[in-house]
Amino acid sequence: MAFASTVVRTIYHAAFNALERPMLIVQKLVGMHRVAWMFLLPNLLIFGTFTFLPIILNCFYATTGSDAILLSERPYVGAENFRSLLACKDYLDPNTCQQDIFWRAVHNTGEFVVLQVGLMIVFSLITALILNRDIAFRGFFRSVFFYPVLLSPVVVALIWKWVLQRYGVLNAGLEEAGISPINWLVDGNWSFFWIVFVTIWAHMGFYVLILLAGLQAIPSDVYEAAEMDGTSKWRAFYRITMPLLTPTMVVVLVLSLIRAVQAFDEIFVLTGGGPGTATTLILHYIYETGFATRPRLFGLAAAASILMAAVLMVLTLLQLAVTRDRAEG
Amino acid sequence: VSTVINFLTRRRGRDRFDLTDWLTWAYLILGTLLMFGPVLWVALSSFKTDAALAEYPPTLLPLAPKTAIVAGYDKPLQLYKITGGEYKGRQLAEIRRIGLVAQMVDPTQPDKRLKVNIQDRAPERSMAFAIGNYTELFSRFNFVRYLWNSVFITVVATVITVLFNSMAAFALAKYKFRGRTTVFLLIIATLMIPPTINLVPIYLVVSKLGMVNSPWGVIWPAVATPTGVFLLRQYMLTIPDDLLDAARMDHASEWRVYWRIVMPLAAPAIAVLTIFSVMWRWNDFLWPLIVLTRSEQFTLQLALNSFQGELQTNWSHLLAMTVLTLLPITFVFAFLQKYVTTGIAQSGVK
Repeated sequence: MAFASTVVRTIYHAAFNALERPMLIVQKLVGMHRVAWMFLLPNLLIFGTFTFLPIILNCFYATTGSDAILLSERPYVGAENFRSLLACKDYLDPNTCQQDIFWRAVHNTGEFVVLQVGLMIVFSLITALILNRDIAFRGFFRSVFFYPVLLSPVVVALIWKWVLQRYGVLNAGLEEAGISPINWLVDGNWSFFWIVFVTIWAHMGFYVLILLAGLQAIPSDVYEAAEMDGTSKWRAFYRITMPLLTPTMVVVLVLSLIRAVQAFDEIFVLTGGGPGTATTLILHYIYETGFATRPRLFGLAAAASILMAAVLMVLTLLQLAVTRDRAEG
Repeated sequence: VSTVINFLTRRRGRDRFDLTDWLTWAYLILGTLLMFGPVLWVALSSFKTDAALAEYPPTLLPLAPKTAIVAGYDKPLQLYKITGGEYKGRQLAEIRRIGLVAQMVDPTQPDKRLKVNIQDRAPERSMAFAIGNYTELFSRFNFVRYLWNSVFITVVATVITVLFNSMAAFALAKYKFRGRTTVFLLIIATLMIPPTINLVPIYLVVSKLGMVNSPWGVIWPAVATPTGVFLLRQYMLTIPDDLLDAARMDHASEWRVYWRIVMPLAAPAIAVLTIFSVMWRWNDFLWPLIVLTRSEQFTLQLALNSFQGELQTNWSHLLAMTVLTLLPITFVFAFLQKYVTTGIAQSGVK
C-alpha cells in the first residue's frame, strides 16, 4: 500500500511538473485576467463536442430521413419522423399506430415507471426506517442493502438470469414446496414482473441511503418532546417523521422517475425486450431503431429521443425546483 | 453471555423485545438472503463442473461424482451407494449400464460382477471445485483482452475525468471572470441531458473522429461529467483564498497554485469522484455496446453480454466470468464504502 502510494505520488508530481513550464507560457500569453479560461478550456471543448454539438445535431437528424449517417446525405423531411411516431388512431391501442413498437414501448415504459417507482419508494422507505432503528449489526445490514448498487447492470442481469432459468434454483425451490415450476422469462407477465423486481433489487440501496440521510437529519429532540407528551409511536411516525421526510421523499421520487424512464441495461441483458415486445422500453426502442436493426433509422430514433428528452426535461426541472426549495428551506 | 444477548436485542426505550422488533429482524434476515443470496449462489455455481451445473434440482455446494480405480478396469469407475435390493448399504462401482440394470462391481472384490436395478442406487459425491472454469477463461477465451480493454478504459477515463473536471472546477471556484455564471449554469444544465438522449448525434461525432471500435470512442464522450465539476467546485469553494494568495506572493504560477495547493486540499472530493468514475466506466454498457462492435475491442461487460447471447449458453465459463467481473467492484465496496456512501449522500448522484 505504502509502495503504491509512493508510485502514484511520484507519477503525479512528475506529470504536473512536466506541465508547469508550458502552462506558465500559456499563462503569460493569455494574461492573468483570462487564465481561468485556460483551466476551463479542456472541459469545455469536450462538453462542446460531445454534449452541446450533439444536442443541435439531434434536431437535424430528427428532421431528416434515410439511413445515411452523414447529415449532408440526408434529405430534409420536416416533421415527418414525428408525424410517423405520433400517427395513431387510438393511443391506448398500439396496434392502430403506424409505429406500433414505439407505442408498445411507450405503454410498457409508462407501466414500468408507475410500478417500479411506486414499489421502489415503498420498499426503500421501509428499509430506511428499519435500518435507522438502533439494532445490532446495523452497519453490516446497511452494507447488505447497498451492495447491489455497485454491481454492473450486466452482472445483475446475469445473476438473476441464472436464478430464474427453467432449471434454476428458484424453480427447484418451488418444486420442493410442491408448486409447479414456471418458465419465468418466457411468460410475458412474469418477465415484466421480474424486470421491475430486478431493477428495484439493483437500485434500492441508493435510495435507502438518501432516505437514511434524511431520517438522520431529523433532530431527535422532536421525538423526545413527543414522547414526553405521551405520543404513540404511530402518531409520531405520521405526525413527525413523514412531514419532515417529505422533501427527501420528493427528491427520491424525482430521481427514481428520471432513472426509470431511461431504464435499459439490466432489461436488455435479462429479457432482451422479450418475449415479443413484453419488456421493450422506450430506450430499447431507440437502440433497436437507430443501431441494432438495419436499415438504421437514425431520424426516427432521434425523434423518439427528443420526445423522451422532453419528458426528462420536465422531470429534471421539477428536481431542480425541489432541491432548491430544500436548500433554501 | 448476557452482554451478548443484550447487544443482540438492544432497542430503544422499551423493556421487552416487542412485535416491531420481531418484524424488523424478520425483514432484515429475509432482506439479507434476497440481497446476498443470488450473488453467493452465482459464486458457488461458478465452481461447478458442467455436469454438476446441469443437475436438477441443483445442489448447494459444488459436488462432483466420486470415482474409484478398480483392478482390471482401465478407466476410473463412478461410485454409487446402493439404497435398495440385494446389496443394500454397500458401495459399488458401475461398469456399464444396460437399460434399467447396471453392471456393478465391489471395489474390494474386483472379479465379481453384480447386477443392480438403477433405481436402487444413488451417486456418491464429494466437494470438488472446478477451477478449470476460471483457468480456461485465460487459456481458451480472450479474457485477458477484455480485462485489459476494461482496465484501460476505466483508468484512462478516470485520470482524464479527474484532471479536466478539477481544472474546470478550480476555474469556476477560484477566479472571478466575465461569463463565470453562464459557464457554470451551462455545465449544470447538461445534467438535464443524459447521454442516452443524444445517442445518434454522439455516434456521428465519434465516427467522424474515427473513434468507432476504439477505446477512445468510449473514453472521450464520458470524461466531461457535470457531476464531477459540480462536486469539486462545491468542495473547492470551502478552500480559503488566503492560501492561494500566499502562494502567489511567492511567485507561484497559477498552475502551481492549482496542483500544489488546491488539488491536495480537495483530496476528499477528488477521492469521491475517482471512485465514482471507476464505477461508472467499469459498469458502462449501452454506449460501449454502440461504439465497440468488434469482439477484440469488447469490454468485460460487452463480452459477458455476447457470451450469454449465444445460442447454447456456456454457463460454466459465463458464471466464472461474472464472478471475476464483480470482484473489483466488491473490493471497492469492501474498502471504500464510506467514501461512496458519503459521496452519494452529499451530492445525490451515483
